[in-house]
Amino acid sequence: MTGEKLAQRNYYGKALAELAMENPNVVVMDADLAGSTKTSDFQKVCPERFVEVGIAESNMIGIAAGLAASGKIVFASTFGVFATGRCWEQIRLGVAYPRLNVKIVATHCGISVGEDGASHQALEDIAIMRSLPNMVVIAPADAYEAFAATKALAAYDGPAYMRMGRADFPTILEPDMEFEIGKATVLREGEDVTIVGCGQMVSSCLEAADFLAIEGINAEVINMSTIKPLDTETLISSVTKTGCCVTAEEHSIIGGLGSAVAEALCDSVAVPLERIGTKDTFGESGKPADLMVKYGLTASDIIAAAKKAISRRM
Amino acid sequence: MDEEITLSDLENIANRLRLHVIEMTYAAHSGHPGGSLSAADMMAALYFKFLRHDPSNPQWEDRDRFVLSKGHVAPILYAALAEAGYFPVEDLITLRQMGSKLQGHPVRGKVPGVEMSTGSLGQGLSMACGIALAGKMDGKDYRTVCMLGDGELQEGQNWEAAMFARQAGLTNLIAIVDRNRLQITGDTEGAVGLEPLPEKWKAFGWNVIIIDGHNMRQILEALDKAAAAKARPTVIIMKTVKGKGVSFMENNAGFHGKACNDEEQAKAVEELRAVIQ
Repeated sequence: MTGEKLAQRNYYGKALAELAMENPNVVVMDADLAGSTKTSDFQKVCPERFVEVGIAESNMIGIAAGLAASGKIVFASTFGVFATGRCWEQIRLGVAYPRLNVKIVATHCGISVGEDGASHQALEDIAIMRSLPNMVVIAPADAYEAFAATKALAAYDGPAYMRMGRADFPTILEPDMEFEIGKATVLREGEDVTIVGCGQMVSSCLEAADFLAIEGINAEVINMSTIKPLDTETLISSVTKTGCCVTAEEHSIIGGLGSAVAEALCDSVAVPLERIGTKDTFGESGKPADLMVKYGLTASDIIAAAKKAISRRM
Repeated sequence: MDEEITLSDLENIANRLRLHVIEMTYAAHSGHPGGSLSAADMMAALYFKFLRHDPSNPQWEDRDRFVLSKGHVAPILYAALAEAGYFPVEDLITLRQMGSKLQGHPVRGKVPGVEMSTGSLGQGLSMACGIALAGKMDGKDYRTVCMLGDGELQEGQNWEAAMFARQAGLTNLIAIVDRNRLQITGDTEGAVGLEPLPEKWKAFGWNVIIIDGHNMRQILEALDKAAAAKARPTVIIMKTVKGKGVSFMENNAGFHGKACNDEEQAKAVEELRAVIQ
């Protein structure tokens, strides 16, 4: 059921290169990582609107704010740890507070960054960006959604953060999909348990649902690619039916998608919730697939969590 | 903006702005008078002579832009904007009150004429770089002026921005350092020293102009020289006195972030009224 493996960042680069032709107000910035974040695809076709700031992320965000205040649609990219943590307060004051049109788009998020180790594995970025007023937070499920979300962000007037991984992930959506900010999609219907995922974990959620079906458990799978604003309508309507919930994210269980869902459930239907994510820990160097197993981020972990959620409901 | 305005007119305006600062911070029982007063002469020169702006059209796309990196001296910016006609002078007294547009630190979108939100030090020059860069991209000839505190130059981001401005050829950018030598702790050189400051800016590829920040003729000449620079961005380091114009506030770090009590207020108002024509 999953398609070929593609890197989200490659499709981010493709979308930016198209935006270079489509919108003369788009400006793209990078901090010495254009080849890795794929903003180099924009640089190649539109060098006059590409801004290299060197290894200076805080300065990049300040410049981005100034550009946006002058009418530009700014995409500022680097790795997730640096795009959020290194310059969080610059984003808070310069971008989020005055609600300026800056898109902070990070690659190399999650533990699947692999060999570079914990210093480069963003596992807290959703939490810290979600806490900022005015900030939209997006984690696309695959390369196609990364492409569509990039286009949607260019059309959206306001601050946003989008996180992507480094590696090639299975594609699960259609290449020409439509993306709407703040709209979750039900990828598979079921009545026994709601499984909510974001980023590359969505494909693992679908895989888990396939295995659960063999055991006669029908899971509903939701792609919550916008974590803020959270599509509570889709979430609540699903858990009202299933009575229990699992979240899955390549991020800490503190402050990310799991927390956002927990907050929404507390506000309306407090069903049992199991959260898959890293457990208040840093990552380490290793092969991405091995790390996903060691840190409990596989379809097997989601299956176990689904069964536990169901048992807690009963 | 006014070609006919004289040096003594500008000096008089600067003192009017100072009086506003004293009255605003007194009414708010808080705020930052010291660094507002040291910047007053430059602010008068900017808003009443140098900047090409239109208070009746704050969004005019060819306007010169001003970014107050040392956002805690919001009172002097608000006073200048009000006197220039961006909003009624009577509003100044609402400084720092709940519901007022005049927040403790400047907020973009809340106050006409405020270009960027500032208040957390070390960020304004980066923002000004972005505005200046947009001007270059769009082929506009507006100038971007950024006022920095001297103490805030201890924030490393300023030097990231300084490097970038040179690299990007932002000759349309003017930085002004209010070199009053005092930060909350006391003497900047006793905290983490900034000197040799002109040499630092030169090493980062900037034109450096050093002036007496309370000499109106020197201020205007420096701004014109900075605007005419073609090869590099320019920084004007203006030597100033913190608290300038109120005897007991001058060179007194205690008035960095403290308003006058009743007795001090009466004396400050009396001193300033005496020099305002």
